[in-house]
Amino acid sequence: MNLQLLACCWMVSNIFRFYLPQKELYWYILFLSLFLSGLILPGIRLTVKPFLTGDDNAETYLAFLSKSYWVRFGVSFLLIGCMTIISVLWYTLEEEQENQKRKSDAERLAKEAELYKLRQQLQPHFLFNSLNSISALVGSQPAEARKMIQQLSDFLRGTLKKEEQQWVKLEEELQSLELYLEIEKVRFGYRLTTDIEKEEACNDMKLPPMLLQPIVENAIKFGLYDTTDAVTIHIKASVLNNHLQIMVQNPYDPETSYPKQGTGFGLNSVKRRLYLLFARNDLLETKTEDHLFTIFIKIPQKK
Amino acid sequence: MKAIIIDDEPLARSIVKEYLQNYPQIELMKECNDGFEGIKAIQQESPDVIFLDVQMPKINGFEMLELVEQPPAVIFTTAFDEYAIKAFESHAVDYLLKPFSKERFDKAIQKLLDQGGAQVSKTNTKELLETVSQSPAQHLRVVVKTAGKIKIIPVEEINYLEAADDYVKIHTREGSFLKNKTMSHFEQVLDSHQFVRTHRSYILNIQQVTRIDPYEKDSHIAQLKSGARIPVSKTGYVKLKSVLGL
Repeated sequence: MNLQLLACCWMVSNIFRFYLPQKELYWYILFLSLFLSGLILPGIRLTVKPFLTGDDNAETYLAFLSKSYWVRFGVSFLLIGCMTIISVLWYTLEEEQENQKRKSDAERLAKEAELYKLRQQLQPHFLFNSLNSISALVGSQPAEARKMIQQLSDFLRGTLKKEEQQWVKLEEELQSLELYLEIEKVRFGYRLTTDIEKEEACNDMKLPPMLLQPIVENAIKFGLYDTTDAVTIHIKASVLNNHLQIMVQNPYDPETSYPKQGTGFGLNSVKRRLYLLFARNDLLETKTEDHLFTIFIKIPQKK
Repeated sequence: MKAIIIDDEPLARSIVKEYLQNYPQIELMKECNDGFEGIKAIQQESPDVIFLDVQMPKINGFEMLELVEQPPAVIFTTAFDEYAIKAFESHAVDYLLKPFSKERFDKAIQKLLDQGGAQVSKTNTKELLETVSQSPAQHLRVVVKTAGKIKIIPVEEINYLEAADDYVKIHTREGSFLKNKTMSHFEQVLDSHQFVRTHRSYILNIQQVTRIDPYEKDSHIAQLKSGARIPVSKTGYVKLKSVLGL
């Protein structure tokens, strides 16, 4: 008879594995326990009966069974009831945990996708214009054309392989930037010059890949398209309180500048990326003075 | 036939120049680095066709065309431009997407020669400009010519617009400028949440409104920060109220 009780408990736990009552249906638990308890006692009597025949002891035992009916009913009810409640709690908890996990998974995926997208925002203009320059060089200066194809491929390969988690050394990021700037210099000729400086102490510092790319693109866009003169873009890396600080500066004309300069898509995407990575909003600052637009970006260093 | 190339990238100019060598009947008069040089060259040389880039320093290709009195036929050479592509498909002499092949270039020139001179192309260019400048990407600033100089006005600096014969008078803090466009053109290109046509002859920037007073029967007067008082018609008042959320 204890086996039957066990079977009942197992059944209950199974029921709730697949079916969780809603909050307002908790009376159902009570009802189920009562029902099963009621069912189990006659069942026991029936199964036990065949083994007990024509014996004195059997008679007394059956009498004992009848007498203790309500006690046994109570015990069964309590046992099954407890099992039911434990099952309900257990599976509710399990479901909750699963929901939680699913939610955090979804959030993580969304964040990764967003970060990926933010990294990938290479201007299509850049690619097509570069190809056009190559097309022009092929006829007149084939060697130059080949060199530019090489630079463009190296640059594109660099942008493709980078993963968000794998931070790169400043050195590497600057090399990729220089590739990009070399290509732009072929396009714009004498109008574009660059000046890249870095402090000795920055050499071993790291940063998320392709973080500076949109900033430099922005500097070129606003520098070169905001004036008809020659333009110098300054890039400077330094150390500031265990942060890697990078400054990018381009000339601009406050008179004719595009409205809302500095809130362009490029900078917003960098801001957003910094926020997703560090949960901070103070890592990108801009300054405008003396016809110069300057961006400061701080990258906290991993310990 | 006289031609001018206007593009800020030397290599992009050189490819057009190279392809043009096959056409002795087309004489390249000048190469220009930007829209300002372009305007000057068009005035001096009065070319029959220009090869025009869109993205250029200070003023873009479209803005440059708006400032030219009699625009010649235009073949755009641009890297990638969704709104431009759409517009060009119907109206431009042709548009060449960089990088373009010799064959594609030849086709464009053929089209130009088939159109038999500038007359047809000029109307094309005008239609094209109408379409293009109505695209939403174009309404952030207005380019005007004033005393021989080119002035770029960000739209938020506009107080109000006033009809003036064939022109529209653009009133800003720094003074007013004339632009050879219609009121309905501006009504279309400006952000309708910021600019409301309150009267047949007036469009105002709602950021500038300080108060609205009743005036004569059915009409109102809007007072601007600058002190200007702008008539508001009956229908204009309804529009103004809905934009202001009243």
